[in-house]
Amino acid sequence: MTNLMDRSFQDRPGGEDTPTSAERQKPISTSSEWTFELIQQYDDEIAKCAAEFGLDTYPNQVEVISAEQMMDAYSSVGMPVGYHHWSFGKQFLSTSKGYQRGQMGLAYEIVINSNPCIAYLMEENTLPMQALVIAHASYGHNSFFKGNYLFRTWTDASAIIDYLVFARDYVAECEERHGLDAVEQILDSCHALMNYGVDRYKRPSPISAAEEARRQKDREEYQQRRLNDLWRTIPKPGEDDDPIKRKQRFPEEPQENILYFIEKNAPLLETWQREIIRIVRKLAQYFYPQRQTQVMNEGWATFWHYTLLHRMYDKGLVNDGFMLEFLQSHSAVVYQPPFDSPWYSGINPYTLGYSIFTDLRRICENPTAEDREWFPDIAGSDWLETLHFAMKNFKDESFIQQFLSPKVMRDMKFFAIQNDDLEDVYRVTAIHDDPGYRALREKLARQYNLSYREPNIQVWNVDVRGDRSLTLRHVPVDRVPLGDATEEVLRHVHRLWGFDVHLESVDNGTVIGESHCPPRESKED
Amino acid sequence: MGMTHIVDRRLNGKNKSAVNRERFLRRYRHHIKKAVADAVHRRSITDIERGEKVSIPARDTDEPIFHHGQGGKREVVHPGNKEFVAGDELPKPEGGGGQGQGQGQASPDGEGMDEFAFQITQEEFLEFLFDDLELPNLARKKLKDTEAFKYVRSGFSTQGVPARLDVVRSLRGAHARRLGLGGARKKKIREMERQLEALKSAPADLDAAFSHEDQIKAMEEEIAELKANVRKIPFIDEIDLRYRQHLKQPQPATSAVMFCLMDVSGSMTQMHKDIAKRFFILLYLFLKKSYKKIDVVFIRHHTSAKEVDEEEFFYSRETGGTIVSSALKLMQKIIESRYSPAEWNIYAAQASDGDNWNDDSPVCGKLLADSILPLVQYYAYVEITPQDHQMLWYEYERLQEQFPQSFALQQIADPGEIYPVFRQLFERKAA
Repeated sequence: MTNLMDRSFQDRPGGEDTPTSAERQKPISTSSEWTFELIQQYDDEIAKCAAEFGLDTYPNQVEVISAEQMMDAYSSVGMPVGYHHWSFGKQFLSTSKGYQRGQMGLAYEIVINSNPCIAYLMEENTLPMQALVIAHASYGHNSFFKGNYLFRTWTDASAIIDYLVFARDYVAECEERHGLDAVEQILDSCHALMNYGVDRYKRPSPISAAEEARRQKDREEYQQRRLNDLWRTIPKPGEDDDPIKRKQRFPEEPQENILYFIEKNAPLLETWQREIIRIVRKLAQYFYPQRQTQVMNEGWATFWHYTLLHRMYDKGLVNDGFMLEFLQSHSAVVYQPPFDSPWYSGINPYTLGYSIFTDLRRICENPTAEDREWFPDIAGSDWLETLHFAMKNFKDESFIQQFLSPKVMRDMKFFAIQNDDLEDVYRVTAIHDDPGYRALREKLARQYNLSYREPNIQVWNVDVRGDRSLTLRHVPVDRVPLGDATEEVLRHVHRLWGFDVHLESVDNGTVIGESHCPPRESKED
Repeated sequence: MGMTHIVDRRLNGKNKSAVNRERFLRRYRHHIKKAVADAVHRRSITDIERGEKVSIPARDTDEPIFHHGQGGKREVVHPGNKEFVAGDELPKPEGGGGQGQGQGQASPDGEGMDEFAFQITQEEFLEFLFDDLELPNLARKKLKDTEAFKYVRSGFSTQGVPARLDVVRSLRGAHARRLGLGGARKKKIREMERQLEALKSAPADLDAAFSHEDQIKAMEEEIAELKANVRKIPFIDEIDLRYRQHLKQPQPATSAVMFCLMDVSGSMTQMHKDIAKRFFILLYLFLKKSYKKIDVVFIRHHTSAKEVDEEEFFYSRETGGTIVSSALKLMQKIIESRYSPAEWNIYAAQASDGDNWNDDSPVCGKLLADSILPLVQYYAYVEITPQDHQMLWYEYERLQEQFPQSFALQQIADPGEIYPVFRQLFERKAA
């Protein structure tokens, strides 16, 4: 820990940014007690530094809240408003239990991808912590939200709050009209499929609360017409004998957005149920970029709180005491326990992202021969431009693939382990050495690919003319089967679809596994 | 710059999660009820009113999603390599299938990782404990069939019994009536008397034709008649009488007495007594929720009965035979002397292993039917025995047919049955 802190002082960016003695100012404050005036002053100065580095942000809204309020915010995935559901209550119970027993601290901040960008500060934080959080959230995350292509493409920061209010009110209204249980059941089922409620490739229409409310009525009528067309089931004479008609699948192409497909095509759902599916789907879509950019987003924000506060230090705006406290928090944030530590729970995204961005800057400013070989386009280039380029145009998978340097692999001592159920041993397939770098980087990048992390399951067919059953198709990678919650999830699909649901795992055109809801055995016996 | 808006939200409401928390408890009410029932087994009577930690199998609170299972070929990158080089082979742990990460399965405080644990408050604890329960007849007793009344003054009426005659008010009324009826005449009398006086004192006219004699005489006659009239007005009349009016107002009973009767003869082991104790605890707690004031009377018996304190009731040892009627007689005596059924809601719970001197059981039946059950709200008999019933049980079974509303009996064979039996006994009766 001490080691890390010392290094932080040494690594402090020097060179062109070192201010002359004339530039040196008086520290903003010396006590660690915060006041609203001081927060305002710190924010002003941090904003100036951020502007020097060209960070482009949405306007900020900083909200000071209590620990209890932070736990509230936690349990609704950080959303300032949300519909009611037991799972948020469960989250709240476990958060408050952990917090009260001192097992876990609360996050210093929560930041919301909205315009203005809302960041929560906890009142318990000391002044240096508040400054860290402002730099991290209000300038780091904020500029990421505004700059990264995924967020620009998939989310509409200015509409989200209104949409959340609309969603909450709509769900509450449904609870009133149809009962808590009915709504809870639909939400449970939607949550089970939330990860399969996103369009991965197609840009969605932006969400807007007013528009949603206005369109709801039209949609109701339109949808009914559409459904009627699909399910007009009185077969024309001779139609069933037509082999081409029988062979034709619906949908013609597999559909990855299962929730969307159900919303549009499930035969028996009532309108309000379709609307709730839609709400969950829209939220899933809103969170989708965050799930794909965790390493980048946290790395970027951490890089900037570190850089911005050091800039403040260089200007003399904060003193040594402030920096000590700040660096202690910083090094705790970027601590990576090794794989054999009892604290190990996977790769710390803060550490990985921060290391890559920091090293990227080093590669630009002080390239080695190795860097010139690995990053010929970047080595020696303008670091600020390069970092912004990296932030804007990548997601975790491609970011790692593109920018993870041998030095970071060495620093973090990465190694890859292969677990093949056909073998009796684990195999170390690559480590942080010359023969291993490329393979290691590839493997790590793949680890952050959502479609590798989550099973590939798509809508395959609906027996439109027969028993209306829905068939999902799972394509396994490297023979990895589905987990033990599969049957449970199928029950949820069944609840939404209303007719039999089948799930087949297909490898190279052969069906290698099947699940059914309701289970098959009972039907065959 | 200067675009940042800093807001103090601390005064905005917290507990935004209250609804979600409530939703969670609602969803897992069955689990929680079970945890509460378990807690009742563990706790002592003084310790019953606090919150409780509830553990639910994590599996039940899981939100299922599609995810990868064990098997196939997988590669994972980890940090912190020390001595591995590419191509190293590491043995898989025995039993196979594991990810080989050696993650501990237990958390530091001994809670299993496969449990979802949380705390419910004391209020929630009791709510769950008494969920769906209602003491029989309770509502009725409270609202309608209250036997205690309080008389409250509610003005005056013209009818009543002499004992309630309000003398002052009646005389005042009479006075007013007399004034009302006689006032005009008395005024006229006074007027005429003045005129008469004036006539009499006037100098006599020499002319006899103008003499006042006739006039005076006529006036005197008229005055006499008026005075007689006034005298006829009664001093007090029937319509003057006013009686104090009282209304019977039902007096809700807010006190209850709970009789705990227990057999402490040699055949009752400590285990039996523990079971009985828990049953009494439940009853006590239940009554406590419904009444402001509760007296508890402990009566223990073997061949003779004795009123004792709680400590002695549960923990002193006795030997000897069993005569249940001795306890019933004592209870009857205590009711008579201290707990008038008009003021007290009387509940009784009797615990026994079913053993009784055979000749005594019919006596018990008669005693209960004739003098106790008519007085009590509810009488519950629990027989703590895994064995066959004896005479007393059959006697009580007959009672139950006779008094289905106020008498119930159940058998408990082991501690796990206490709560279900308690619930069964006090299950909310369909209204």
